[in-house]
Amino acid sequence: MLRSFSRTEAWLLLLAAVVGFGVLPALNTFVSPDSFFHVSTFSLSIWGKYLCYAVLALGVNLLWGYTGLLSLGQCLFFSLGGYCLGMYLMLMIGNLGQYKADIPDFMVFLEFPKRFPETGGLPPHWIPFRNFWFAAAAVIWVPALVALSFGYLAFRSRIKGVYFSILSQALTYAASLMFFRNDFTFGGNNGLTDFKFILGYDLNSPSTKRALFICAVALLLGVYMFCRWLTSTKFGLIQRAIRDSENRVLFSGYATAQFKLFVFVLAAVICALGGALFVPLVGIINPSEMAPDKSLEAVVWCAVGGRGALVGPVLGAIGVNSLKSYATHAFAEQWPYILGALFVFVTLFMPKGIVGLPEQWRTFRRGKKTKPEDAPTSTPSTAAKPAAE
Amino acid sequence: MTPEFILMLEGVNKTFDGFKAINDLNLYLDKGELRVVIGPNGAGKSTMLDIITGRTRPDTGKVEFGKDTDLTRLNEYQINRLGIGRKFQTPSVYTDHTVFENIWLSLEGSRGLWQALVSRLTTSQRDRIHEVLQTVGLAARADVKAGSLSHGQKQWLEIGMLLAQNPKVLLVDEPAAGMTDEETAKTGELLIGLAGKHTIVVIEHDMVFVRQIARKVTVLHQGHVLCEGTVDQVQNDERVIEVYLGRKKKEKPGPTPALAAH
Repeated sequence: MLRSFSRTEAWLLLLAAVVGFGVLPALNTFVSPDSFFHVSTFSLSIWGKYLCYAVLALGVNLLWGYTGLLSLGQCLFFSLGGYCLGMYLMLMIGNLGQYKADIPDFMVFLEFPKRFPETGGLPPHWIPFRNFWFAAAAVIWVPALVALSFGYLAFRSRIKGVYFSILSQALTYAASLMFFRNDFTFGGNNGLTDFKFILGYDLNSPSTKRALFICAVALLLGVYMFCRWLTSTKFGLIQRAIRDSENRVLFSGYATAQFKLFVFVLAAVICALGGALFVPLVGIINPSEMAPDKSLEAVVWCAVGGRGALVGPVLGAIGVNSLKSYATHAFAEQWPYILGALFVFVTLFMPKGIVGLPEQWRTFRRGKKTKPEDAPTSTPSTAAKPAAE
Repeated sequence: MTPEFILMLEGVNKTFDGFKAINDLNLYLDKGELRVVIGPNGAGKSTMLDIITGRTRPDTGKVEFGKDTDLTRLNEYQINRLGIGRKFQTPSVYTDHTVFENIWLSLEGSRGLWQALVSRLTTSQRDRIHEVLQTVGLAARADVKAGSLSHGQKQWLEIGMLLAQNPKVLLVDEPAAGMTDEETAKTGELLIGLAGKHTIVVIEHDMVFVRQIARKVTVLHQGHVLCEGTVDQVQNDERVIEVYLGRKKKEKPGPTPALAAH
């Protein structure tokens, strides 16, 4: 596994680990709030949120950048992961909610006790989510199952390209409409919120927030290293071969649908892990997280960062979200236009995103130095006779 | 007793939206032979390959491989795993991978998902890859990206990818298209060298190339076999001249300039 990493990459990972695990939490804990170097608990949470988005972006990139599958519905899996952990967090509120009831607040005002009298108002499928480990397992298997069913049908029917994108978008839109409904038992448009405890720790205390931030760093680094390993195996080669020439792979004896299905399920789980950690960090999950525009944003992060490389989406997710939190303060109304313009700009002028800039610069410099007549002569194929058909 | 063929199409029909692409097609291939299939545009040559390789299902007819394997029930990758390799008309190689990796992915052996995750390249596989690269003349370019190869080299690479699969039957769709004369001649030598070890079907337009490699030529017209024979027999066949030139030849038969120079 270690052989998968280049020397520079290994150093950068180490640096990220030192900053993420050591420097930032230390600046938060030990430096006095008056100091310039102090990192507030609030900013730690914000950064934790960005890291969760970066995990989501890695999932999108594994599909789009490495397998050529542009899924416009990855936020569905992100949200499903979030809801699974959110259900556990809801039940941990206990009777400390507004209504001082044993069931979550929304169940009280939606009159669930009448609907589910035998359980005191708690819908039966909520019951096992009292157990953290059940919820944690559900974070993985629920999105995986959804991805498996959708992916199986889509890839078996050989749905490709833009049709796959549209279908995935329709899927997440349909799911968001379903979650918006009050009788779907997941809190309707308010979603799940007002969390108090996780594993017995107070979610509002700085130390818990710090721990969650460290978890986000660990998750991002872990997912990154996993992706690096995966893409360096023969499987990774096949993945990119499918992206570049799926027929060639199919006619070479590989069941490409299986490979795509595997990547799709894997990416769903990656996104879900990001979503699960996002919920305690941010304190809320609602159906707007699975609205189609959120998944589109994730695609923009990948495009901005550069989808050819693993680190691209991470840079893109953190970069665009920092820009967003600044822009939505300064000019909230215009943010969709800014995002759209950014996407168009990147697609036209930076096809390889931020990570492709050094290469673009080198090509630009070389282009300036060589005069047109010095340019390499045409490839042999242009001298060939035209194809017969 | 019928003789044993490695590949047999019998009474195959295929209609696309009312257009009869393949019409009662019969084709029998002997083991180890090098067969050239020619025919005007729309004669059904590529559709025939689609039917053999499982991309298209025939409406009626038998497509059998070896003694009793019915190919019409199998899909593309299953047919490939039986030992039928196909080279596409436009070179399709993995442009972002190195030449070496292109051959590696095509190498005979497991096609499973789990194997792809855990397997490592063995020394014998590495040797085999270099052997294939020697055969197609790309040994010196093993580490460059396939996307940077010339058009002719991409065609050879794709032939190499087929060879790496060690197929029993090689279906080659217009290997010389877009090649220089020199490259075409080299491709011809390569294919002649492979015949015998593999059964090869070449679809081609370039009559110079056909002359170089062909022993037996099948002419397709409107989805049906018009005639079969040596290059000379075929070029002098009245019906062939008619379909190529679109008129009956009244004068004495002979190699028509249009056909020879095509």
